[in-house]
Amino acid sequence: MKKINSREEFDQLKKELEMLYNQNKKRIIVCKGTGCTASGSVKVIEAFEQEIERAGLSDTVEIKRTGCHGFCEKGPIVAILPEDIFYQQVSVEDVPEIIERTIRKGDLIDKLLYQDPKTKQKYVYTHDVPFYAKQKRIIFHHNGLIDPTRIEDYLGFGGYEAFVKAIFEMTPEEVIDEVKKSGLRGRGGGGFLTGLKWEFCSKAKGKPKYLICNADEGDPGAFMDRSLLEGNPHLVLEGMLIAGYAIGAHRGYIYVRAEYPLAITNLKIAIAQGQELGILGQNILGTDFSFDVMIKEGAGAFVCGEETALMASIEGRRGMPRPRPPFPAVKGLWGKPSNINNVETFANVPFIITKGSQWYSEIGTEKSKGTKIFALAGKVNNTGLVEVPMGITLREIIFDIGGGPPKGRKFKAVQLGGPSGGCIPEEHLDVPIDYDSLISLGAIMGSGGMIVMDAANCMVDVARFFLEFIQNESCGKCIPCRIGTKRMLEIVTRITEGKGEEADLELLQELAEGIKATALCGLGQTAPNPVLSTLRYFADEYRAHILEKRCPAHCCIALIKFEVDVDLCKRCGLCKKVCPAGAVSWMPKTAASINKSLCIKCKTCIENCPAQAII
Amino acid sequence: MEEKKIYLSINGKEVASAPSQTILEVARENKVFIPTLCDCQNLSPFGACRLCLVEVAGLPKLVPACSTPVAAGMKIRTDSEKIDQYRRLIVELLLSDHEPDCMFCEKAGDCLLQDLAYQYGLKNSRLKGERRAALIDDSNPFIERDNSKCILCGRCVRVCDEVQGVSAIGFIGRGFQTRIGTPFNRKLNCEFCGQCIASCPVGALTSKPARRKGRKWQTRWVKTICPYCGCGCNLTLHIKDNEIVGVHSDSSSPNEGYLCSKGRFGYEFVHHPDRLQFPLIRKGGQLVRAEWYEALRLVATKFQEIKSRHGNNTLAGLSSAKCTNEENYLFQKFVRAVLGTNNVDHCARL
Ligand SMILES: Cc1cc2nc3c(=O)[nH]c(=O)nc-3n(C[C@H](O)[C@H](O)[C@H](O)COP(=O)(O)O)c2cc1C
Ligand code: SF4
Ligand code: SF4
Ligand code: SF4
Ligand code: FES
Repeated sequence: MKKINSREEFDQLKKELEMLYNQNKKRIIVCKGTGCTASGSVKVIEAFEQEIERAGLSDTVEIKRTGCHGFCEKGPIVAILPEDIFYQQVSVEDVPEIIERTIRKGDLIDKLLYQDPKTKQKYVYTHDVPFYAKQKRIIFHHNGLIDPTRIEDYLGFGGYEAFVKAIFEMTPEEVIDEVKKSGLRGRGGGGFLTGLKWEFCSKAKGKPKYLICNADEGDPGAFMDRSLLEGNPHLVLEGMLIAGYAIGAHRGYIYVRAEYPLAITNLKIAIAQGQELGILGQNILGTDFSFDVMIKEGAGAFVCGEETALMASIEGRRGMPRPRPPFPAVKGLWGKPSNINNVETFANVPFIITKGSQWYSEIGTEKSKGTKIFALAGKVNNTGLVEVPMGITLREIIFDIGGGPPKGRKFKAVQLGGPSGGCIPEEHLDVPIDYDSLISLGAIMGSGGMIVMDAANCMVDVARFFLEFIQNESCGKCIPCRIGTKRMLEIVTRITEGKGEEADLELLQELAEGIKATALCGLGQTAPNPVLSTLRYFADEYRAHILEKRCPAHCCIALIKFEVDVDLCKRCGLCKKVCPAGAVSWMPKTAASINKSLCIKCKTCIENCPAQAII
Repeated sequence: MEEKKIYLSINGKEVASAPSQTILEVARENKVFIPTLCDCQNLSPFGACRLCLVEVAGLPKLVPACSTPVAAGMKIRTDSEKIDQYRRLIVELLLSDHEPDCMFCEKAGDCLLQDLAYQYGLKNSRLKGERRAALIDDSNPFIERDNSKCILCGRCVRVCDEVQGVSAIGFIGRGFQTRIGTPFNRKLNCEFCGQCIASCPVGALTSKPARRKGRKWQTRWVKTICPYCGCGCNLTLHIKDNEIVGVHSDSSSPNEGYLCSKGRFGYEFVHHPDRLQFPLIRKGGQLVRAEWYEALRLVATKFQEIKSRHGNNTLAGLSSAKCTNEENYLFQKFVRAVLGTNNVDHCARL
């Protein structure tokens, strides 16, 4: 692309591109996010290319390779524009039929439509599919429309308009003020007011100032940041440019884990395009604002998401947190004033600048504004990334968007906020969610991980899982986290093995409280949360393990007898069929029995028994 | 420039301080004891041990005294019941991962962890669990590291990096298995200044030459100056049964307690049988023991002979870097004024 040197040239280019995108052209949108790529979308794209060529439709039909649509579970996902027909789990074999029937004749292909597993109803258009119907996709809006490797696409949909508005029509103070008024809070977990943070850094003495985008995304299960960087890297860059202008920084770093190769590739392309066009670099659009962006690939440590550890890592040192003060706004990267925000936080900013803080602050609750992206996973029918307004209830997310637990199983709890978060039981599902309500329920917003659990999930085992994660990821610097979480893990593990004692619960509580109060960084300070929240809501389960040596969820292997309860057995023989070790004997009309010397304790029989007869 | 004083209170008592000080510094000045493990003179605050946590009125969380600067009007509590309980828990956690090896440990009696265990009376920890196995690195002649005793205070790492500028060691691994070591687990191959040993608050780092020769506090201390160079570092010799069994250097000395490998480890020559302890004069091809006056007179006579026969400039003097400035001054004076030549130089130029 030719370099543009002024606002006039920018406006001109934008007008041309917008015209191009406003034509009601047939477009086949194929998701090329990591999820759909894994389920084969690259082959599907190739098939579409060949098929369109063969059908002689190259001039009238356009293929768009987009970023993630969030519904990765149903990938490869294909949408047909302008109607917005939604096809899921499309394979190479389906491609000729789509061209022949849908593109040429306008017919629908029934088997590719999404069907609700409960109601069996089928849906034609994306916005009607229950997974999307209750979402409010602002940040993700472009993910399903644009090719992330083309800056033209982004510009054609209004991209960089906010940045141009900021540098030509607003002072840095006005930008900060607008972000402050919007009520935007950091999406990296802490929920700190973004505008206020910018103000601290802009007022800090010292030069140069640095801007950092935190794309470490270490919470297991969360992938919204990856999805944004892969699907719409320019949106994040635009947010960074605006922030850089506001705080007076001329260099930005994006700290992204090396396990995100597609995000890194697309970011690199986007940065190169921005430089070529003159949106990044020296004297942007003829102004005296200069800004460049560097990518720093991290090795994927969870603790490197913590801001002071992250900065140490950029500097080439071991990623270990340090005490604050001094805060990064005063003494950050290379000892200079620095501002760090999360990917999703930056992605919110352009919308606030173009549409105004008034518009933005009308979305959400009193103290938590805008939308939040959650990574919905676990025992729900529809898993994936969902963007919802703050203040929506957990029930709406889990049951309306997620479709509730599959196979009619009973919902038990939802885990929010990853290893720093907590489990929320059924009785609190109707609380409108925001930063503060989640904390009062013993969980946190975190980066937006949301794992749904049903009766087969043991809450003690869930706590054990997260403690194990924390132990492996603790940087080892401070004593409460390094040794304290190890001792907690040992105690909880003992409980799941039936070796727990009553005094253990008190000790767990004491350790949890002590670690929370004394650990150096957020990792240790929140590490006990999964234990505390499960103790708060599911103390009975802990007691069953300790006093009765019983795991009510039939999950903890050491506490399962691997015997068939003849009174409950339906005599269906399913267990015999599924057992990979041939340990089950069964004859029609008789109860099954398990030969313990052959049994490998894989729990396949338990998972398949319709009567929960294996105890 | 004298900094303006600010006023704050510690445990209800008003105290004055300079605004650039940390809570820990002000507390120490005012004789308020705050336990610490990772804090170390001259090193940047680390905030790792969490023992120094204190309450500050109005702040939601406890703050580490070692890294938190004071502010005017701050109300600090260092001795609440809660704090005591947390400190006790932290020490208990450390002990749960520490073999009680004090009977054999070089550091017993001079160990901060032992002191804390004693202070809190923590004989039987309620916390039982895995302990790190003894992981001893003694692949070099000077420094022995036993990582199972290490409390990961990071002092050795910081002194090596911030004072010595060598960065030979660092943190390795994560979680419970975190330890200190060299890059890629190579053999320690550094300057062997032993600063790490001196800064270790427990028995994880010990001097190999000093091992089992007597614990520091069991020896008689003789203050002296290191003989190796003109820097004149303070040395405190550890004497047991009339033998030097170790050294340390006083942290309040001009060299702030830092030594080089020679000063730290190079004392064994003192008792070496080959060491020259009196002058020898060659008589008939044999080196024969002589008195100092004999030897000096012989040298002086020879100097005079050379001077008068061949002239002053056939003599030259070469001095040593082991001498102090004053000694070197006297030496050149002697060469110029007594021998009468400007042929004087110094080994450090070679
Ligand atoms: C252990 C730990 C891990 C963290 N990981 C991340 C992360 O992966 N991504 C992120 O944006 N913030 C993470 N944070 C929060 C950051 O320290 C920092 O608060 C955040 O990036 C600030 O951005 P925000 O104000 O936009 O939320 C983590 C914090 C802790 C304590
Ligand atoms: S809390 Fe854990 S991760 Fe954080 S500094 Fe301490 S040891 Fe490291
Ligand atoms: S390091 Fe201290 S506590 Fe540990 S064995 Fe030695 S003297 Fe005892
Ligand atoms: S070896 Fe000693 S100084 Fe070094 S980290 Fe361990 S305890 Fe601290
Ligand atoms: S002395 Fe402050 S944390 Fe160790």
